[in-house]
Amino acid sequence: MTHKTIAELAQDLRAKKISSVELTQQFLARIKQHDKELNSFITVTEDHALADAKAADVRIAKGDVSALTGIPLAQKDIFCTQGIKTSCGSKMLDTFISPYDATVIKHFKAAGSVLLGKTNMDEFAMGSSNETSFYGPVKNPWDLQTVPGGSSGGSAAAVAAYLAPGATGTDTGGSIRQPASLCGISGIKPTYGRVSRYGMIAYASSLDQGGPMAKTAEDLAIMLNVMAGFDPNDSTSIDQPVPDYTANLNAPIKGLRIGLPKEYFKAGLDKEVGHAIEAAIKEYEKLGATVHEISLPNSELSIPAYYVIAPAECSSNLARYDGVRFGHRCKDAADLEDLYKRSRSEGFGSEVTRRIMIGTYALSAGYYDAYYLKAQKVRGLIRQDFAHAFEKVDVIMGPTSPSTAFKIGERMDDPISMYLSDIYTIAVNLAGLPGMSIPAGFAQNLPVGLQLVGNVFDEARLLNVAHSYQKATDWHTRTPKGF
Amino acid sequence: MSLTAADVKKIAHLARLNMSEKDVEMYTGQLSKILQFVEQMNAADTSGMKPIAHSLDVSQRMRQDEVTETNQRDAFQKIAPQVEAGLYLVPQVIEGE
Amino acid sequence: MEWETVIGLEIHAQLLTKSKIFSGASTAFGAEPNTQACAIDLGFPGVLPVLNRDAVRMAIKFGLGVGAEIANESVFARKNYFYPDLPKGYQISQYELPIVGKGLIDVQLEDGTTKRIHITRAHLEEDAGKSLHEDFHGLSGIDLNRAGTPLLEIVSEPDMRSAKEAIAYLKAIHSLVRYLEICDGNMQEGSFRCDANVSVRRMGDSKLGTRCELKNINSFRFVERAINFEVERQIALIESGGKVAQETRLYDPNKNETRPMRSKEEANDYRYFPDPDLLPVIVTQAMIAEVQNDLPELPHQKRQRFITQYALTPYDADLLVTSRALAMYFETVIQESKVQPKLAANWIMGELSAALNKANLDIIDSPVSTEQLAQLLQRIEDDTISGKIAKTVFEALWNGEGSVDEIIEKQGLKQVTDTSAIANLIDQIIQENPGQVADYRAGKDKLFGFFVGQAMKASGGKINPQQLNQLLKEKLAG
Repeated sequence: MTHKTIAELAQDLRAKKISSVELTQQFLARIKQHDKELNSFITVTEDHALADAKAADVRIAKGDVSALTGIPLAQKDIFCTQGIKTSCGSKMLDTFISPYDATVIKHFKAAGSVLLGKTNMDEFAMGSSNETSFYGPVKNPWDLQTVPGGSSGGSAAAVAAYLAPGATGTDTGGSIRQPASLCGISGIKPTYGRVSRYGMIAYASSLDQGGPMAKTAEDLAIMLNVMAGFDPNDSTSIDQPVPDYTANLNAPIKGLRIGLPKEYFKAGLDKEVGHAIEAAIKEYEKLGATVHEISLPNSELSIPAYYVIAPAECSSNLARYDGVRFGHRCKDAADLEDLYKRSRSEGFGSEVTRRIMIGTYALSAGYYDAYYLKAQKVRGLIRQDFAHAFEKVDVIMGPTSPSTAFKIGERMDDPISMYLSDIYTIAVNLAGLPGMSIPAGFAQNLPVGLQLVGNVFDEARLLNVAHSYQKATDWHTRTPKGF
Repeated sequence: MSLTAADVKKIAHLARLNMSEKDVEMYTGQLSKILQFVEQMNAADTSGMKPIAHSLDVSQRMRQDEVTETNQRDAFQKIAPQVEAGLYLVPQVIEGE
Repeated sequence: MEWETVIGLEIHAQLLTKSKIFSGASTAFGAEPNTQACAIDLGFPGVLPVLNRDAVRMAIKFGLGVGAEIANESVFARKNYFYPDLPKGYQISQYELPIVGKGLIDVQLEDGTTKRIHITRAHLEEDAGKSLHEDFHGLSGIDLNRAGTPLLEIVSEPDMRSAKEAIAYLKAIHSLVRYLEICDGNMQEGSFRCDANVSVRRMGDSKLGTRCELKNINSFRFVERAINFEVERQIALIESGGKVAQETRLYDPNKNETRPMRSKEEANDYRYFPDPDLLPVIVTQAMIAEVQNDLPELPHQKRQRFITQYALTPYDADLLVTSRALAMYFETVIQESKVQPKLAANWIMGELSAALNKANLDIIDSPVSTEQLAQLLQRIEDDTISGKIAKTVFEALWNGEGSVDEIIEKQGLKQVTDTSAIANLIDQIIQENPGQVADYRAGKDKLFGFFVGQAMKASGGKINPQQLNQLLKEKLAG
């Protein structure tokens, strides 16, 4: 049962082939069995899960079912869950029991899904390997010596290992797509403003977006139907009606114009990964799509721009962690300055510290124009690049990550090499566009992800394009050995 | 841009972070590298480009002026590190307004 | 050595919205600590701000009231610094693009002249919480009820040249924001705060001297004292060869001095940047027009109208327009009584104001209603009672002893206007005081007052003064 998709499980629940309680127990058992190895969960909410499942079964019996009723899901530990520890992967919030629910969590509750637990993540969503978590690194189920990607590494590993049929992630520079790629699952980062950020602990406010992670595009569509929507509590939330993302999954894609950015196929891309992507593109041509070379000339500027904007926003967003109203507080502070400095330095890890420092510097007097303002202008250039490209093509494709999963510890000493993992994904956040990653083969026996980028609010098309590929291929059905 | 140890100490203070001498040394090196890296942006011609703060082209929504929140002090202060008489406690604040 | 003082004022006016600028928590004053601080005000992880429409409307109202340009697009920016009363570690304010641009206000100075003070800008921001200085075993207590209350920060150009001018400006803005009903102007409660930027320079110098920012001034009187102290301090310092250091100084009302704030050793680097959780605020022409329609007549407009419509002196007009309620009371009395405006003005600024002040009442709580005062004034004008006797009636009205006519009747206060009755009384007085009559007729004109006094005494003050004077003159003439 645990190796079924959400769509299949929903059918089974409705057909009363299994109860939500039984299903939940199976996933909880798998988590107990495998998670010591993977470390993908920070908190397993067993009692909650069973209570949720019981309530779901009552609804199902009454016929009050929606697509996610009774479906066990994992939530990235960045979403505030009322009465439940919400750590954001940090010692700073190790003791934080959230007094309220994030809007996204409220949506899931209303849909009647079951909370299995909160997944591990890079601290405060900063990282591309899930190695910066206070709770230890997450292992990639495909090779336990390698990273699952980050920052939503816990969610990706859990889904890949069938510890949950679906999980949520957040994506600021690639943190849904890159781990999805490294773990051989599907993930989508919606258009900025599509999913409410209220209750989603902020890293870089103008870039963060929450989204679903699961095995198939269909499952992503089911989850996105629940997650998406205008939220009056989030000023950056867009008031646009949510279509039924499952409605057009099967629409034919003949005539689809695919754009391949020439800048993405240069040096730095692993050869085998490149081959897998080329094969995936050929598959699309078989399905009737046409392929066009496009140019995103300012691609390379996306990483420097990102590594000014995101740290700048984060340095401000993380100022609230001061030991006064919640979270970690140092012992016996001598004075106010000591309270702040020790609480914060004890609470934050080195990557978070690094980004706060960069951000503080970029915003400081005398440097604002050279760094922050410049980066915002570069952002404009990148947005322009995509706008031009979408005049000629419908979807942009390429590799999600320049490599497959790297070894744990391999890039920890060189922050910049870590940052370069995001080369294909970052620009999408800067432009606020929707982006997906779906499994597209293997290289060095490790999963390769194909990235699909769409125009604003074109999630339905992306899911349709992904689903078409998944009907013709079976990469998304592969299981890591031992799971 | 190369940072000095003094720069790093100043930034750490602005951000209220403690730095051991070893940390200062490490961060001075790492941050300098990162800043050099991001300076690639200087090659870009952004003249005439308006800085975008948001990927959206919309304006700020305004809400009705009404009281919608109730008193949740007990729930909120249950998770506070140090409270007394309904107040959050901090080391003495020397001057106020 | 002639010195010139240069003063600019920064006013923080707490806006009268029901809820906070970025959350739905109440702004009501006086609640138990932290009972009006919601998750957003407390800066919990994951919370986000949403803008209160009325805060924007009130800012627009102010802008229109000072003839300023209202920005079509304004931006909220984060001002980053660490302090326990600032939960998020940043204050949401406005920096490069404020909602209100350049404006001006004409203020009346004590000598009757008008001075034009320019306003640089006004912007919206959120207030911080409060730290209580009570000692909790060596710790301070923080109350965040106030955190998130909307503030309008009004910045003036350094146009003022004396503490008196500064007070006049402060009072003008104070009056304006109350007229506009956007702020209750309560300095003691902290809803209307003022910081003064003070510098000195040699008369004739065009360059500005180094300025100091004075804080913690919570009454008009203290503003004057603080500025005066600071000016003298700076002059003394420069004259003794020293240099004024640019710093923030706290005013101590007990010692009547300013001293540097210890906690701010180095200038703060606020690292302003546009708040990414908020979008640019677009104010349309339609919104401005809607607020414009809602604007009451402004103090300076009302003042001008009172001068032209009611032929009042500028001095009288000034006093009557200090509060909208007082001005309304005045106009209602005029409309109800149709008496001479000057008479009404005198009574309102005289007897009525004195009585209100003594009882510590505001005009809206006046025990004497507009109808009652209107009637009283009519009875003066129609000679039923004299002005002097009217004061007795007023006192009775204040004490709730009935209507004007009832009181006059009950106390028998009607003025005697019957010519023959007055003539008889005068004849009697002349008969009883032959010596004075003779002296008067011999040339001692001053004795006229004696006879008036006698007549008033004999009649209990109830003779119509004009008639008395006329008849007395005639009869004494012989």
